[in-house]
Amino acid sequence: MTTERILDRKLAVPALIGDPSDLLIVAGLAGTAKDIAALTDESPNVFLMGGAMGAAVPFALGLAYAQPARRVLAVTGDGDLMMSIGILSTIGVMQPPNLAILCVDNGHYGETGYQAGHTSRGVDLERIARGSGIATTHTVSTDADYGVAAQSLRNSNGPAFVWLRVTTERPPAYKRNFDAVERKAIFRRALLGQA
Amino acid sequence: MADTENGWQQALYDHLRSMDVTLFAYVPDAGHKVLIDRSLADPGAISVPLTTEAEGVPMMAGHHLGGGRGVLLMQSSGVGNCVNQFALIRIGRFPFVTIVSMRGEFGEQNAWQMPMGQGVRPVMEAMGMHCLAAERADEVIPTATAAINMAYRSNAGVGMLLGQRLLGAKAF
Repeated sequence: MTTERILDRKLAVPALIGDPSDLLIVAGLAGTAKDIAALTDESPNVFLMGGAMGAAVPFALGLAYAQPARRVLAVTGDGDLMMSIGILSTIGVMQPPNLAILCVDNGHYGETGYQAGHTSRGVDLERIARGSGIATTHTVSTDADYGVAAQSLRNSNGPAFVWLRVTTERPPAYKRNFDAVERKAIFRRALLGQA
Repeated sequence: MADTENGWQQALYDHLRSMDVTLFAYVPDAGHKVLIDRSLADPGAISVPLTTEAEGVPMMAGHHLGGGRGVLLMQSSGVGNCVNQFALIRIGRFPFVTIVSMRGEFGEQNAWQMPMGQGVRPVMEAMGMHCLAAERADEVIPTATAAINMAYRSNAGVGMLLGQRLLGAKAF
């Protein structure tokens, strides 16, 4: 892909997700955790990784199977997704109907000093997702692309994958909670009535 | 595999289901053939083939977050693929059960299996997990009960290790 990156994640992520309150949201470490923390103020329907790079999407798949009546959204960075890229094939094989993936791709490892990642060197994540068997895919490069992609995050025939290409503009500054035990308990109490 | 060996595997599947396990994720191994086949055929279970065992660790944690119970099936070599994902289990105190079919120990004929086979216990224990071995058929069900209770009552990560004394060593 040689398309210029013009979108700012601070505007694009909220535009695509809209009202997050009815979703169950899992976000990967670093940038996407901040995107979602700022969007939701870390509401009880959100679980943010702080490490375990690559965990967000498979974690969301496990959650989707436990909560088939709920829409589960995995928000993952390009580096986080590349580290468990095979999960797209697993999702393609399994076709979970209630899982959507939003990859916020700035083409860089922002947390470690903005070293260039594979997607700024030619790797096309939408084609990987499609080749993995995920039929509903979108590339979002301009704000004209929001509408149909936002709809697919909410409702799709099978799993959905949205590749959001953004600039290296930083994610929102947000002092998120890194206590995974506490966040687990908050999430489960709200969802299940028990920790 | 002889019928007598299949017997404990069939009983193990029934036992896991009786303890409310519904999600099975796996990288195939001969030692897990019955569990995998039973889970694929079971309309009450979800059976997920993985590209790497590392997917299965967060998958189990996310399943617990949503109120479900799962087990991750893998061979001893798969433990090495999971190590940084075990951090999620430990730091979130997620209940986690993996059933590991052991290679590289009793009677192994393929030297390539030795390093990770020997590494399973020290690696899992270094990441804060507990290892419970089953070496005889009559140990399988009590070990599974212990593993699930430790995981779901104590919020622990547990490896249930099916030893090569139990499984038999593959001939090369």
